[in-house]
Amino acid sequence: MLDIINLHAEVEGKKILQGLNLKINKGEIHSIMGPNGSGKSTLASILAGKEDYEVTDGDIIYNGESILELAPDERAQQGIFLAFQYPIEIPGVSNGYFLKEALNSINEARGKPVLKPVEFGKLIKEKIKKLKMDDSFLKRSLNEGFSGGEKKRNEILQMAILDPIFSVLDETDSGLDIDALQIVADGVNSLRGPEKAFLVITHYQRLLDYIVPDFVHVLVNGKIVKSGDKGLALELESKGYSWLEG
Amino acid sequence: MVEELKIDNDQETKDMLENSEYKYGFVTPIEQEIIPKGINEDVLRYISKKKNEPKWLLDFRLKAYEKWKKMKEPSWAKLKIEPIDYNGISYFAAPKEMPKSLDEIDPEIIDTYNKLGIPLEEQKKLEGVAVDVVFDSVSLVTTFKDKLAKLGIIFCSFSDAIIEHEELVKKYLGRVIPSGDNYFAALNAAAFTDGSFVYIPKGVKCPMELSTYFRINAEDTGQFERTLIIAEEGSSVSYLEGCTAPKRSTSQLHAACVELIAFDDATIKYSTIQNWYPGDKNGKGGIYNFVTKRGNCVGKNSRISWTQVETGSAITWKYPSCILSGDNSVGEFYSVALTNNKQQADTGTKMIHLGKNTKSTIVSKGISAGFGQNIYRGLVEVSEKAENARNYTVCDSILIGENCGAHTFPYIEVKNPSAQLEHEATTSKVGEDQIFYCQQRGMSEEDALSLIVNGFCKEVFRELPFEFAVEAERLLSVSLEGSVG
Repeated sequence: MLDIINLHAEVEGKKILQGLNLKINKGEIHSIMGPNGSGKSTLASILAGKEDYEVTDGDIIYNGESILELAPDERAQQGIFLAFQYPIEIPGVSNGYFLKEALNSINEARGKPVLKPVEFGKLIKEKIKKLKMDDSFLKRSLNEGFSGGEKKRNEILQMAILDPIFSVLDETDSGLDIDALQIVADGVNSLRGPEKAFLVITHYQRLLDYIVPDFVHVLVNGKIVKSGDKGLALELESKGYSWLEG
Repeated sequence: MVEELKIDNDQETKDMLENSEYKYGFVTPIEQEIIPKGINEDVLRYISKKKNEPKWLLDFRLKAYEKWKKMKEPSWAKLKIEPIDYNGISYFAAPKEMPKSLDEIDPEIIDTYNKLGIPLEEQKKLEGVAVDVVFDSVSLVTTFKDKLAKLGIIFCSFSDAIIEHEELVKKYLGRVIPSGDNYFAALNAAAFTDGSFVYIPKGVKCPMELSTYFRINAEDTGQFERTLIIAEEGSSVSYLEGCTAPKRSTSQLHAACVELIAFDDATIKYSTIQNWYPGDKNGKGGIYNFVTKRGNCVGKNSRISWTQVETGSAITWKYPSCILSGDNSVGEFYSVALTNNKQQADTGTKMIHLGKNTKSTIVSKGISAGFGQNIYRGLVEVSEKAENARNYTVCDSILIGENCGAHTFPYIEVKNPSAQLEHEATTSKVGEDQIFYCQQRGMSEEDALSLIVNGFCKEVFRELPFEFAVEAERLLSVSLEGSVG
């Protein structure tokens, strides 16, 4: 599904990714761990198409085609979703309205019918219940005044509604208590399927107790230096990263 | 005062700007009577005669003209205005065939209003909205007039009011805005041609929205209309005006006066959706919108609320204001002003607290894009006798791109120590992060921008009658076209 080949990228002249290779197949969950500044969030932003990052070499192939030239909305329309580490606030735009607009844009781009308000209402009620959120959540301005946990749960709600094919979770676990972590993980797990794939970026092993990855990769200085299964995450938890930084 | 700004050479931006279209820029091909350009006593006498006006009204015009001749154009606004040749304008333009009823209106004109979304034919009339249709210098028709008359409500053109309700007009004309109030108000008092007149009798709640649709069609003309709304004790009315004009390379002047009078316990809600032709991307053409709007809350517990959405015009100069004379009266001003390309707006309000326990609220949202310059200018004045006056002002500006500007000039004059005033102001840029976030959820960059800006304006839009709030959102999106990229 996704093939990252020898990816080099920089921001404002600073080299961040330096030859990253990663292949993700349908149905798989991959996790990327690594120390601060290793390039984890940069990778997430580049996958989503953020302009501030310049890809200087390499390629990202998604479903057989390079996506480097695609705008962020085109990537989203093709099923790429990023759960933000720091979700953005948009005052005056209700959460529910935002979700409806987003879903309509994506449906339109995919040639699917735009949902009627009643249909959308039904869909969102169902999802919101699953994520143990309150209905009032939809009326509030997007992410404005949300607690850290609410923002993260809201990202998962958006993911559930937009039904992406490939999802990147950028430190979605940071700032969550155990209960919220469980809810977020349940949300992700319910979206798992043979046609879907996930890339879970995290600092901590504990999220991976709830979302069990097929592969764990360690990112150091913009390169994957070690890959393994869930056992690698446990090893990192006890030994830290320094033995890999060499 | 506006800085000379460098032209953006980015080709993509240019292309996008050229693609953004002013939807209402067409001209209606009908035969019109347009009097020769220029202003003088003869012209005013001609207009007055054309409308069969009583002598006192001609005198009102001539006096105003004398005052105007001695006045100078105001220069305090932060606007760059090309000199206006007042003798290069024709002061009266009207269709040659004046209709006596709806059936007699030229099909071209019917067609024009259909294109503008204002169907005039009986069977297609907008439900629940009465419309006075002003085309250049004259009102062509007013819908639902008879239905409203059954409730004692007068809703008609200003010309008809002068003939049919002379005493009311005589009593209230110029009472809120004296003819020599300011340069453009004096010009209007001398040369006004038509407009709307509304009278809501005691205790009557007007059951439908009243509205006036102003259309400029003829070339090298000015539009000088006058609106007068009187709400008697315990009555209420919601009134809305909309306006458009053809695309032309020369600028046209629109100098209107609006006077509102609210007696005890009366409420007037006045909304404007201003979409005059804004000029092209280089600032060529467009309407000069120089308007004086003022309401007097004469009665106790009266309320006047101004809501404006200003997206059009090359230059906007207007300060819809409230004089809070009655005790416990309330004045409100909700404004969205958008300037894109080379548009300039210097707009705001005046809240004059005279009575006891008077309250005012000001919510101003300025949006600047392209090379647009957006100025909020507002005065809150509390007189010596205005015990316990309250004002709350919030004044937010949002900038899109690198070449636009936002400026705020709040003036506060307080002469009574019991007054409580709050003022909040913010200026922010539409964040790239916000746009990226929306795009990541599948929206195009333009949709994202319009979503963010509409969110920013929400406090104002929710003051508009529902149908018009939807229209305002759409208009804002169209006006922003080409401002990203």
